[in-house]
Amino acid sequence: MDFRLGPKSDAFRAEVRAFLDEHLDPEIIERAHRSGTNHDKDFHRAIGAQGWIAASWPAEYGGQERDPFEMTALRDELRLAGAPTDGMGLSLIVCQTIRRVATDEQKADFLPRALAGEITMSLGYSEPDSGSDVASIKTSAVRDGDEWVINGQKMFTTLAHVADYVFLLARTNHAVPKHKGLTMFLVPLDSPGIEIHPVHTVGGERTNATFYTDVRISDHYRIGEVDRGWDVMTVALTFERGGFGLSEADRVWEQAVGWAEETRRPDGSRVIDDAGVRERLATMRMHNEVARLLAYRTTFVAATGGLPGVEGSMHKLFYAESMAADAAELVDMLGSEGVLQRGEDGAPVDGWVEHLFRHAAVTTIYGGTSEMQRSIIAERGLGLPRSSR
Amino acid sequence: MDLNLTDEQDEVVSAVRALLTDRCPSDVVRASEPGGFDPELWTAFCRVAGPTIGVAEQLGGGGASLLDLELVCEQLGSFLAPVPFIDCVVAARTLAAVGDPGRHCLDALVAEPSTVSTVALGPVVDGTATLVTSGSIAGVLIALDADELVLVTGAGDGAARGNLGSSPLADRSVRDPGRSVLATRDLARAVHQQALDEWRTLMGGALVGLGAAALSIGVEYAKNRHQFGAPIGSFQSIARDLAEAATLVDGARLLAREAAWARSEDDEHFAPLSSMAFLFATRAARRASTVALHVHGGYGFTLEYDIQLYYRRAEAWPLGLGDPRRGVAHLADALFGPAGAS
Ligand SMILES: Cc1cc2nc3c(=O)[nH]c(=O)nc-3n(C[C@H](O)[C@H](O)[C@H](O)COP(=O)(O)OP(=O)(O)OC[C@H]3O[C@@H](n4cnc5c(N)ncnc54)[C@H](O)[C@@H]3O)c2cc1C
Repeated sequence: MDFRLGPKSDAFRAEVRAFLDEHLDPEIIERAHRSGTNHDKDFHRAIGAQGWIAASWPAEYGGQERDPFEMTALRDELRLAGAPTDGMGLSLIVCQTIRRVATDEQKADFLPRALAGEITMSLGYSEPDSGSDVASIKTSAVRDGDEWVINGQKMFTTLAHVADYVFLLARTNHAVPKHKGLTMFLVPLDSPGIEIHPVHTVGGERTNATFYTDVRISDHYRIGEVDRGWDVMTVALTFERGGFGLSEADRVWEQAVGWAEETRRPDGSRVIDDAGVRERLATMRMHNEVARLLAYRTTFVAATGGLPGVEGSMHKLFYAESMAADAAELVDMLGSEGVLQRGEDGAPVDGWVEHLFRHAAVTTIYGGTSEMQRSIIAERGLGLPRSSR
Repeated sequence: MDLNLTDEQDEVVSAVRALLTDRCPSDVVRASEPGGFDPELWTAFCRVAGPTIGVAEQLGGGGASLLDLELVCEQLGSFLAPVPFIDCVVAARTLAAVGDPGRHCLDALVAEPSTVSTVALGPVVDGTATLVTSGSIAGVLIALDADELVLVTGAGDGAARGNLGSSPLADRSVRDPGRSVLATRDLARAVHQQALDEWRTLMGGALVGLGAAALSIGVEYAKNRHQFGAPIGSFQSIARDLAEAATLVDGARLLAREAAWARSEDDEHFAPLSSMAFLFATRAARRASTVALHVHGGYGFTLEYDIQLYYRRAEAWPLGLGDPRRGVAHLADALFGPAGAS
């Protein structure tokens, strides 16, 4: 066994750090935090120019053929630095799916631009009445000659207001069971008939409700076969659970420890010497270590030719649930001042703990709720009989 | 990164597993109660993996790494094997660590592997080490008595104190006239600390095995027991608890292996990792065995079902090091330095 990522990853990590020192202005982080839009066009382009959006890909697509652990190092550094990477993450899920299922013409159209950071993609799966049961969506696409006409509404279309495309799951056949009448499209967001309304969240992140009225797109934007959209979803979902590593919990833990070591109480004692503080921070560090190992295991399984379904679910479940619990512990640990928000005078840890508390709640919901992960672990991992849903 | 075992490790694990499958079904565990020791099994076990396998080859040992030992402990835990492997390997490594003063005793262990040895985990008070793990069966005892790490040979009185985990626990005097001093002052404390960290790691491994085995007993029961016309495992609240326990056990296994690996590959992080591995494995084993017992309904509470064997030990084994909550403080010390340091 070897728990190190390896020398190639270490070298790449150093490169990424140097890049971040140069390109990740604190103002970029602040702007993303204030606006709730965890994407920055210029920064995204700078990453694209480095060839890092899909750095593991073959050179023919503009990739650098980096190994999965170098990718881990890249993601970890971006996370620890607090870089806004939602656009990179979402685009990469779409690109990886396109690479697997789309036509050569489509690949040539979308992939080079996406990898260069010139365009970004958002995900349009969820709807007002369909979230966990995403196969039940109602947004429809009807064929009209060489075109498709889309009508319906999507909910939680994160980044739609800054992205160029939405990867949209639509119903194309009402006569068959729900999984069999779906088709995937990559809809240009500047198409006439699309409206985007902001949805603000507890975590400060902005997401969107998107409305589609007689939106006409050419068949060129259909990804995968007609009525086989669920197959495309299945591919896309495996990529969604793939790229894990360190999380916000690791970044905020480091910040909180630094703060506790430097800060003194009115009686002169260091915050880090308080037993309650020590206990919370030590416990959180342990959880972060377990989350990191579960994430790296997922990567390792994929890198050695396996399909890490259950492993990915275990990581998602554990990191989200423990981050939510630890964030609450950390707010408590800060006492009355724990409620102070970023920007307030005297906000402990610059308000990042308070923010983590608000943000953490969503990690147990998006990307498949904790309930869905537990079902996957129970049924596919432990072989328990399928529950009645 | 490589999370696979080597072929050699796979072989050792398979050999241990084969032996225990054959020689340590649950009625052997039951028969060993309340003393918690099966001498015949131990003799057989020593032929596959004796106490000095974790000692360097130049000293007559097997040259196994802490990771190799941890893998063996996972197997021991999953069978609840009533053998003092953890205490013995830690004691042997401690003798090796002190150099010459431990040499004579170590040679004796190499010659006579089934001799039980142990390190008292807690401090000695008024000449007595209390509730020493494997204390009732140990012929070799190492203890930290104030500033001295001492060695006492000779058997105890053989009687274990009645205890939750049916472990061979006993109080042992260390003021034996024949005692010898292995190390003093800083060295004594450092060597003892190292022994504790290794014990934490190996116990972490045993608890991972225990948790995994308890969980699979619970899962099997949930697949087969029917109520309301359906297997109870199809009820989401049952499935949920089992899925969460499975996640804890998998996380604990990775962490225990990482800690053991760090002992030889990343020693700077060994102390905090061993502490985390022990704490997290404690939580995972306790949660898994509690859930698995609960899933059995009333039958889980009867002595007839094996799950109670796991449930009791998951609570009892980690207490060799005292209140686990204090273990969190210990971890904090390893991460942040002692409180009030500056
Ligand atoms: C900030 C944010 C960003 C998001 N970004 C995107 C995005 O970019 N694109 C996108 O398509 N979606 C996005 N989502 C949507 C997200 O994927 C859904 O919210 C999630 O899948 C849950 O769906 P839902 O909200 O409809 O809840 P529901 O599915 O209605 O679930 C409600 C509750 O019931 C539970 N539940 C549901 N089914 C079961 C079951 N079978 N067994 C047990 N419990 C069950 C759930 O776990 C949950 O607790 C985002 C959501 C948020 C909050």
